[in-house]
Amino acid sequence: MRTPYRLGLAGLTALTLVAAAGCTAKSSSSSGGYDWSKATSAASGGGMSALVAAAKKEGTLNVIALPANWANYGSIIKDFTAKYGIKVNSIAPSDSSAQEVTQIQQKKGTSLAADVLDVGGSVATASTPLFAPYEVATWSSIPAGLKDPSGLFVGDYGGYMSVGYNSAKFGTITSLNQLLGSKFKNSVALNGNPTQANAALNGVMMASLAEGGAAGSISAGVNFFHKLKVAGNFNTTQATPATIKAGTTPVVFNWDYLNTAAVVGQPASTWKVFVPANATLGGFYYQAVNKDAPHPAAARLWEEFLFSQDATGGQNLWLVGGARPAEQSTMTSNGTINKSAAASLPPVTGTPTFLTQAQATAAATFLAANWPKAIS
Amino acid sequence: MTAAPVTEAGAQPARAGRRPPLAWAGTLPFLAYTGVFLLLPTGIVIWKAFQGPAGGVTLANITALNTGPVRSAFTGSLELCLISSLIGATLGAILAYAVASGNPDGLIRRLYLAGSGVLAQFGGVTLAFAFLATIGPVGFLLHASWYSNFPWGIGLIYCYFQIPLMVLVFLPAIDGLKIQWREAAESLGGSTWHYWRYVAGPLLTPAFTGAALLLFANALSAYATIQAWEDQINYVVPQSISGALISEVGLANAHQADALALGMIVMVVIVMTGYFLLQRRAARWQR
Repeated sequence: MRTPYRLGLAGLTALTLVAAAGCTAKSSSSSGGYDWSKATSAASGGGMSALVAAAKKEGTLNVIALPANWANYGSIIKDFTAKYGIKVNSIAPSDSSAQEVTQIQQKKGTSLAADVLDVGGSVATASTPLFAPYEVATWSSIPAGLKDPSGLFVGDYGGYMSVGYNSAKFGTITSLNQLLGSKFKNSVALNGNPTQANAALNGVMMASLAEGGAAGSISAGVNFFHKLKVAGNFNTTQATPATIKAGTTPVVFNWDYLNTAAVVGQPASTWKVFVPANATLGGFYYQAVNKDAPHPAAARLWEEFLFSQDATGGQNLWLVGGARPAEQSTMTSNGTINKSAAASLPPVTGTPTFLTQAQATAAATFLAANWPKAIS
Repeated sequence: MTAAPVTEAGAQPARAGRRPPLAWAGTLPFLAYTGVFLLLPTGIVIWKAFQGPAGGVTLANITALNTGPVRSAFTGSLELCLISSLIGATLGAILAYAVASGNPDGLIRRLYLAGSGVLAQFGGVTLAFAFLATIGPVGFLLHASWYSNFPWGIGLIYCYFQIPLMVLVFLPAIDGLKIQWREAAESLGGSTWHYWRYVAGPLLTPAFTGAALLLFANALSAYATIQAWEDQINYVVPQSISGALISEVGLANAHQADALALGMIVMVVIVMTGYFLLQRRAARWQR
């Protein structure tokens, strides 16, 4: 999901080996005769109990690009295995969305391909031919704007772009303009390069909104980072829990659920997170099922688990990890939500902005041409 | 570096030209290995560099190389490789000479060799982080103003592994210099300058250029160090390749990555050609 430090060239060599690995048999379907790779809902294959039985028979689920400290995925994987006895094979936790799609193309037809994906909006809309349509039981609880009408992908959890910072060092920060001050020398960092990482692109877009720009243009945000660079305050290394711990990136732009004190490994008393009132920028990630999933029933059961409103289901588990689940508003009204977890989210005021696909593409294109110039 | 093994060739004249008929089979594992892990991937990269997203042959990936960011990445790679390989080769050669002129069984020599063996492999995120935490913007020791400069800052960081690598690959060449050659030069009335200019220099030049070339290629392919050092600007080509492969905001293009890799191959071919021409000239006296 995020931008890693990985040698691209290694992938080229790996590519040549894929052909050799291609002989592994596809261990699909045939449990009770029903082919779960064709199921568009649990009901279409005989209901939840039939799905659970078929998934248990497959015994394994391949997931990809799910870091353990990202939106509580470590616990989610553990709980899924505990509940259904299905082994979860977590592939390349630090891969980006683009690499997830490359993986299922390269490993297509083998038992090594990822069954389910968790990708950003740009990659989801660009890769629909690779996905199988599937609607979870709680489909009607998901806001219409978050789901593909034909069920090819669906928003799973999201959050707001936020600023996490060391309050022991800087006091309280309430606006982005404060970051241009001299005490922030070399302190402000993004989670990745905005021409590559979704979180970083949204970080620049948040600055754009704070500077009075509209979602249709990211140029005001690029200008803000130019000013930040000129002031000597922009730290161009990628912010990670390690750099935060080392004190080299004490101010970080990131999704609020990745910026919590627990995730970055800082004491809650000195690591504060705020969402700028004039720049509330939301963003969701999306679930999709691989059309050629080697474990089609387990893949669908995983989706049911993630979108379950149970106290121990995926929606509440994401919430515990600081992410806002897609069914949050329904769960708030029907009372299934984990109230204490919901109360501990950073407060958000104002009307949130969500980028449309066209706005995200326009922003990426603008960044490709202007980002290096603005910050060098 | 030593003279050709004339005596061995002379000892078995009858065997010359009469190898067992299947002797070539011994090279098969090597050829298969390089074929699968070097030639095949290279071929795939070249082939894919000329393919469009939907298949079909196209020059679009190549023409797309002629943009500002890509041109500056290639220039950046060249600058960084030249700086780090020239500094690394020069300082490494001097250090190797200092080590070689000491006691061949001494503690210092063993210490330097072991240290070089370790440090030549010390790269990647750990190296970048070591510098970042020590002399980076908020380093605990000091804030070095050159740290963030490209290519000098990262070039000096690269020297951290380039110099020890040079010591390792160049030391055998210096060890090959015989003390008698120096004595011969002196007994014929030659000065130190004459010795280096007419004896040691020509002897060492082919090994020096070869080692410098190795350092150049080593710097060209390094990725993790510079990526951890600078995440926001693609200063060198491997960073651009990574960006073209992993961008999740809609800018990924695997064929563009192949075209960039092809550009690196061309760069290496040019440097190698230059090396061979230089080598042929430098080693002319050996034939």
